[in-house]
Amino acid sequence: MKKITSILTRVGGGALIGLINGFFGGGGGMLCVPLLEKVLGVPTKKSHATAIMIILPISIASAVMYVLNGYADFSSTVIASVGVTVGGSIGALLLTKLKSVTVGIVFAALMIVAGLKLIIR
Amino acid sequence: MKIILLIVIGLVGGVIGGMGMGGGTLLIPLLTLFAKMEQHSAQALNLIAFVPMSAVALAIHIKNKLVDFKQVLWIALPAVAAGVGASYLSKMTAAHSLSRYFGIFLVAIGIYQMTAAIIGIVKTVKKRKRELLTVPKAQPRKISGIL
Repeated sequence: MKKITSILTRVGGGALIGLINGFFGGGGGMLCVPLLEKVLGVPTKKSHATAIMIILPISIASAVMYVLNGYADFSSTVIASVGVTVGGSIGALLLTKLKSVTVGIVFAALMIVAGLKLIIR
Repeated sequence: MKIILLIVIGLVGGVIGGMGMGGGTLLIPLLTLFAKMEQHSAQALNLIAFVPMSAVALAIHIKNKLVDFKQVLWIALPAVAAGVGASYLSKMTAAHSLSRYFGIFLVAIGIYQMTAAIIGIVKTVKKRKRELLTVPKAQPRKISGIL
């Protein structure tokens, strides 16, 4: 019984993560990390790493759908991806130097401002 | 000009993503608000850009034994199916509506992260206070033990 409940939690959580990540083209990780860490009790670092392993196949499948639907702008994607990859390495290095709580609050505020701008636009 | 803007936006999104703060969720609004990209195209860009970056990160995480594989199957299987369905749903949604829903989603996770960060600060402050209080209490006991 306990095993069935835990599988149902994973299946339900997974479906929700896929729904968000496919519909918004991202953001599944924001749900996947809390599901692993808070609900399933996986340690913090492992939760972050495992979330990537779960989001990667969803992103590939969704990306194929978006490309088939004609939404991919290849030159922009290649250019921005270079920035994302370089920035990603810088971010990973910075993380060890900056206080993560302060950074967390700044980004949360940025998300709220950007979100409100999109809503009232 | 557009090339420089795209690189800068990619860099900012990448830095935030590399810090594990949800870079993709900020990359999409940066692309639509500053590069004037259409909502669906920004989402497609984020999905594609995520693949090479996360593949590199995963290789490192797997080597460091940080991926908990027994959690993956039962979450990833329904997630991929739902992801494909939701991509279709996204196609059916007009760009301006999708952009507004995305805004609501952003505000919701922003509030969640803000709350989590503040709870974290309160907990550390309380822990420090407790440590300060327990030190003087422990000392007299030590002295009486010597006496």
